[in-house]
Formats: sequence, structure tokens, C-alpha cells
Amino acid sequence: MTQFLLRRLLLVLPVLVGILLVTFIITRLVPGDPCYVMLGEHATEASCNDFNARFGLDKSIPEQFVRYALNLLKGEFGNSLKDRRPITTIIGERLPMTIELTVLAVTLSSFFGILLGVISALKRNTIFDTLTMLGANAGVSMPIFWLGLLLAYLFALVLKGTPFQLPPSGRLSAGMSMLPLAKTWGLQDVTGIKAFLLALLSNSAIMNGLLTGNYALTFDALKHLILPSVAVSTVSLAIIARMTRSALIDVLGQDYIRTARAKGLAYALVVRRHALRNALIPIVTIIGIQTGGLLSGAVLTETIFSLPGVGSRMVEAILNRDYPVVQGFAVVIALIFVFTNLIVDASYAYLDPRVRVK
Amino acid sequence: MSQQQVPTLSATTIFQRDNPSVIVVRRLFKHRSAKLGMFLLMVLIICAVFAEQIAPFDPIVPIKGEKRRAPPCIHLLGCPDDQPEHLMGIDGNTRDQFSRIIFGARLSLRIGVATVSLAIVIGALLGAIAGFVGGWLDDLIMRSMDVLQAFPGLLLAIAIVAVLGPGLINALLAIAIIEIPIFARVVRASVLSVKELEYVTASRALGASELRILFTSILPNSLTPLIVQGTLGIASAILSAAALSFLGLGAEFPTPEWGLMLGEERNSVFNAPFLVFFPGLAIMVTVLSFNLLGDGLRDVLDPRLSHGG
Repeated sequence: MTQFLLRRLLLVLPVLVGILLVTFIITRLVPGDPCYVMLGEHATEASCNDFNARFGLDKSIPEQFVRYALNLLKGEFGNSLKDRRPITTIIGERLPMTIELTVLAVTLSSFFGILLGVISALKRNTIFDTLTMLGANAGVSMPIFWLGLLLAYLFALVLKGTPFQLPPSGRLSAGMSMLPLAKTWGLQDVTGIKAFLLALLSNSAIMNGLLTGNYALTFDALKHLILPSVAVSTVSLAIIARMTRSALIDVLGQDYIRTARAKGLAYALVVRRHALRNALIPIVTIIGIQTGGLLSGAVLTETIFSLPGVGSRMVEAILNRDYPVVQGFAVVIALIFVFTNLIVDASYAYLDPRVRVK
Repeated sequence: MSQQQVPTLSATTIFQRDNPSVIVVRRLFKHRSAKLGMFLLMVLIICAVFAEQIAPFDPIVPIKGEKRRAPPCIHLLGCPDDQPEHLMGIDGNTRDQFSRIIFGARLSLRIGVATVSLAIVIGALLGAIAGFVGGWLDDLIMRSMDVLQAFPGLLLAIAIVAVLGPGLINALLAIAIIEIPIFARVVRASVLSVKELEYVTASRALGASELRILFTSILPNSLTPLIVQGTLGIASAILSAAALSFLGLGAEFPTPEWGLMLGEERNSVFNAPFLVFFPGLAIMVTVLSFNLLGDGLRDVLDPRLSHGG
């Protein structure tokens, strides 16, 4: 199993290098001199030379790339050109929000997608099936920024005053605050990867609330995440439901299902143990692919719901020509991709013993 | 007499069954979701072609004397007859939203078809080279496609637009670029599946040049998957273009582009929800029509790919 995963990891390395190269090239192609963008239009040539030398922008492009890649290996992402803050700090602030949103969205879309897909497959060609599949088609075709706005309208205005009222924007209600964990636990002098992980935990409102016993905080953060995660999960929910339905219908037509039924096994048991288990492989694949889509959706959702996540920060950085931030976030997103693919591969091996041997 | 009639009848049916395009069209008209998709698309095409005749107002020039963001006024639903009719209300620049939606259909269909055509041409070329030549060129092309796909599509499009500068044309280029890998893969796969077949060898033995083999014997085989993927690709291209315009990176004021209309009015969702509702609905219906048609085409053209309809 370990060997299997290591091999998968090796296969992913060239793609990772490619992503680095692409983001590096794209950020260097952006028109506009970063010096004038950051120091203002009236920057003198001398101050620009100084600026370029400080950030290594005076070196040749290949040199800059090698320097950048080597620094990454050491865990140094550099500093933002705009506010000079370390990029690891910015990632530590922004990533938890996006992870919360993505995890919630993946959970929602997988659970309801598989549920609806299974019922549709079992009640094939009934009115339930037709309506679900029509809904799934509509879900795939929906612009999520539109859905997000409509949800905000419905739950913040139309349902105002009812128990279903939900906040339309922001991450926490006014007056809610998070305690920095490093300070609370007296761990200020921790450095390196530990400090980074601590920052991730500390900046996740949900985890922070749970760890400090401030359950009101966790609850408030979850409440703010309901609408965004519903909006962002709709498309993948629809895709997963369709995939589940077709995979299950495929499997239910197989001979071994008839055999299992002929043995006298209960239908529910056949579906759960024999059919669904075999149908899970394409479903898991599609969930893995969708996680990437969810990150794309996060850009739009974070914009609509004013959430301080990776997507909104990355758009800001691209528009500001803040090269190092764009690169740093690109690497993080690529790592999330790789990580998701590894989980998907590992689950193949778990679900299908044949994969492990190959 | 009757004994003679039977063979002639079956001969004509056999002849009709053997004509593939007739079968495809007939099956398409029997396919439930394809029928709905074609109907919606027909409505959209009519809107796009006859936009000037259908739209009661100019989509760009503000109407004088109208209140900003006035709600829809429909005579049938009890709006006083002395007021001018505005089916979908007035937008923040006192323009008739219904007219803008109608003109938007023209733009959206163009966006979808233009981006996908560009992506198909480049993608098919790259895929054909990769599959036909093979070796390191194949590796280079396909690994580049991996890299393009390993990045969330919309983020990559935003980055490309940042390089090229905001604007509808640049947004379309960016979307075309992120759709290239899909078509490259499709074409490469079908090139690989037929390039060793006997009829290709036969045509090589007859002295056909490599290019001729590629265009006459190999590429026609990718037509079916390309049609299916192209239709579905139009749907996602329209959606991505709307998203870019929504973020302010695509179409610019005062273009009647649905994503831009949504983006311009997104802060008025609480006091004028109709200005957000209708453009989004238009996007959804358009994307839905291509998705339904694409699914139908897949079922009809390649029964192996469909899983129980």
C-alpha cells in the first residue's frame, strides 16, 4: 500500500513542477512593472533598482525560477510585494477558511449526491427519478454566483425573523472574536512547520472554537458557512448524483447481482454490499475531480459572501501583480490537488483489491 | 402479390436504417432530454437572430423618465395600462432589462460557439500530433495538458486574463485555452485507437501521404466524440464567460452580457432581486439547453457511453 502510494506520488511530481513553471511564467508575463505597481507611478529609477534588487527581480528569468524553486524546498515562500508580509503567514490566515468551506461542500455534495443517485437508480423511471435527474441537470447548468445571491436573498431577507434566517455575508457575526491559539497555549516561540500548522488551527474559526471551548464561535462560523457551502456544492452534488445513478444501474445489471439475489439475499443487502460497493469506484473518482471544481467555485463564492479565503485573496493578488503571493497560493492549490488525488488513489486500493496488485 | 411486396418493403427499411445521419436525427427526436434541449436552443436562436424585432427597447440607451430599478410592469398581471410595459423591470441605468436579456442571447451563443471552435481547432491539432507522431512529442503535449488541467479552470482563466488584460475577447481566449485539453485528449484517444487498423495500413500501402491519412482516415473517427464534447464544452464556456464577466474581467459596460448584468446589480439583490434573478435564469436556461443536447447526442451517437439513458 505504501509502495503504491509512493509510486503515485512520483507520478505527480512532473505535474507539480509544471504547475510551478506555468504560474512562474504567467506571473512574469503580466504587463506592468511590479516596482511601479507597488511604489506608485512616481517611483524614481534609483528606488526601482533598489526594489528590484531587494526582491531579486534584477536577475535573469531562469535564475529567478531556480532561486524560487530552491526557496520553496526550504519552505520559504517569500514576502508579499504589497505589504511585505511573509506569504506563509498570509496562507496561514486564508487557507483555513477555504478548507472549511471545501470540506463542508464536499461532505454535503457527496452525502446528498450519493443518496439521491441511489434512490434514483433503485426507483428508475419513476417520477422521483425524472425529477431528480431534471434537478441534477439544472444544478449542473446553474451559475453558482447566481445561486449564491438568490440564497442570500431568500435566507437573509425573505426568511428574516424566522428560525431559518441566515447571515448573507462575512465569516463571523459582529462581536465574535477568535483567540490566537499560540498565545493562549503559550507557544509563541514555536517555529517552522509546527508554527504553520498551529496558525492553520488557530485561524480556523470552527477548530478554534472547539479547542478553546468557545462553542458559540464554532456555531456562529458554521452558520455563516451554510449558504456559501450550499452554493458551492450544488454543481458537484448534481454531478455526483448523476454518476451514482448511472454507475449503480450499470452494476445492478451484472450477473453477480442476479446470483446474490438468487441465493436469497435480501434486496437491501444486495444493494448495499454487492452493488454500491462496486459502483463506488467511479463515484469516488468523480468526487475527487469535483474537489478541484469546488476550489474554482470557492473563488466566486468567497467573492459573493465576502469570505476571507484563498480564492478571494488570489484574485486580489493577480490584479495587484503581487507575483510571490500568486505563486505561493498556486503551489498550495496544486498541493491540495495532489493530496486529493492521493486520497482518491488510496481509496481505489481500499475499494478494489485488484488495484493494489497492479 | 403480397409475397412480392414483403421483400421490397424490408429492402427500403434496411436502406433507411443503414443511413447513419437519418438514424441519429430520428433517435435524437425520440430522446427526451435532447428534445427539450433542442426546443430551448431553438427559442434562444430565435431570440438571438430576431433580437431587434423582439426587444421593445434599445439594450444600451437609457430610457428617459423611467425610475431606476423599477420592478417589472406587466399589463396582464395588473400593471396599469397607462404605464409602459417592462416585462423584467428597469435596471440601474434605466434600461429595459427584457431587451438586454434578449440581446444577451446573441452574445452568449456567439461566446459559446467562438470559444469552443477555437479550442477544438487547437486541441484537435495538438491531440492529432500527439497521437499520430507519438514519442517525446506525445509526452510533451500530453504532460502540458495535464498541467493545464491540474489547475482550477476559473483561477487559470483569471490568471490568463490578468496577463492579457480584462475584456471580452481576452476572456474568450482564456476560456478557449482552459478547454483545449478536453479536445486534445478526445482526438488523441481516437487517433490511437485507429492508427494501427488495417484500413490505415492499406491506405499507406496505396501510397497515401501521412497528412492525407491523418485527415481522411483518422480524424473523421474523432468526429463523434468531438461533437458530444463540443456541445458540452459550449455549455461550460458560456458559464465560465459569465463568471469572468461577473468578476469584472470579461465584457465591459454597457454590453448586454448576462454575467456582467448580474455583476453590476449584485449589490441590489435585496431591494431589486429581479435584476439578479432574470440574467441568471437566462444563463441557466442557455447552459441547460446545451447540456441536455450534449447528453442526448452522447446517448444517440455512442450507445456504449450511455449508462441506461
